Amino acid sequence: MRARVFVTLKPSVFDPQGKTVTDALHTLGFAAVRDVRQGKYFELDLDTRSVDDARRLAAEAADKLLSNPVIESYRIEIVDEVIA
Amino acid sequence: MKFAVVVFPGSNCDHDAHYAATHVLGQQAEYVWHKDTSLGNADVVILPGGFAHGDYLRTGAIARFSPVMAEVRRFADAGGPVLGICNGFQVLLEAGLLPGAMLRNRSVRFQCEHVLIKTEQTDTPFTLACRPGQVLRIPIAHGEGNYYAEPDVVARLEKNRQVVFRYTNAEGVQTEGANPNGSVGNIAGLCNERRNVVGLMPHPERACELALGSSDGLVLFDSVVRAVTQGAFAAAR
Repeated sequence: MRARVFVTLKPSVFDPQGKTVTDALHTLGFAAVRDVRQGKYFELDLDTRSVDDARRLAAEAADKLLSNPVIESYRIEIVDEVIA
Repeated sequence: MKFAVVVFPGSNCDHDAHYAATHVLGQQAEYVWHKDTSLGNADVVILPGGFAHGDYLRTGAIARFSPVMAEVRRFADAGGPVLGICNGFQVLLEAGLLPGAMLRNRSVRFQCEHVLIKTEQTDTPFTLACRPGQVLRIPIAHGEGNYYAEPDVVARLEKNRQVVFRYTNAEGVQTEGANPNGSVGNIAGLCNERRNVVGLMPHPERACELALGSSDGLVLFDSVVRAVTQGAFAAAR
């Protein structure tokens, strides 16, 4: 089972990197880009066949290490596939 | 008295802190490897600056799980004085020994320069030798020193007088221009509610001798020597 974990800064937290990327895109002519929020993406290859277990493991990992709850929130997607 | 200087893989100000304690102050100091499970009867613990575990994931995020951190927590819980400098401050934040978190600097640059910080509180083991409101000239060197906490947490810090250092101008006035990294409330350093754990982004150990451009940082180390030898903050052995 594979878990995808997306970690992003909470909406209330200023994102200096996202702001810089937004400015760069505007300089390049992407006028329609209103805002960019930069985050982190993790792919966890999990030794389980249970979707529930995979979700629980990924959430535990995100709570304990992958995200800092003071500034970040996360979203998990479970991909039901066996990794060869 | 004895300082313990914790060494994580990637610490690079450990020798500076050790030097300040031994050569400048004439005290004892020992390095404690991050996998050690004893602080060796130290009276003070310093988490030094650097890039523990390469700053991977987030600054301090992996270091907080190093075996020695359980001992640092125990030492802090027993009232022992703990100082986190720069990356050491970031480790204390990730470990939850101090509240809040660090964001990338507002400038999105690594900033390496002397700054001015005002001593807001003198009733901590690391500031008791400071004059109230004393402005110190101390260098910063960080990419992620933009202190952030939720507004209610900041309000609580202010109410409890936990903001120990603030970026100010030479007159001790908090201005936007004096804030090098975008920290909320110009916060440069803070302490826990019990006041024995202090973290700050500037590097006092790099400002302990005039030959280094400033000796203003020495007062933090002087303070803790006085605190321990006078029993103001009992060693947590």
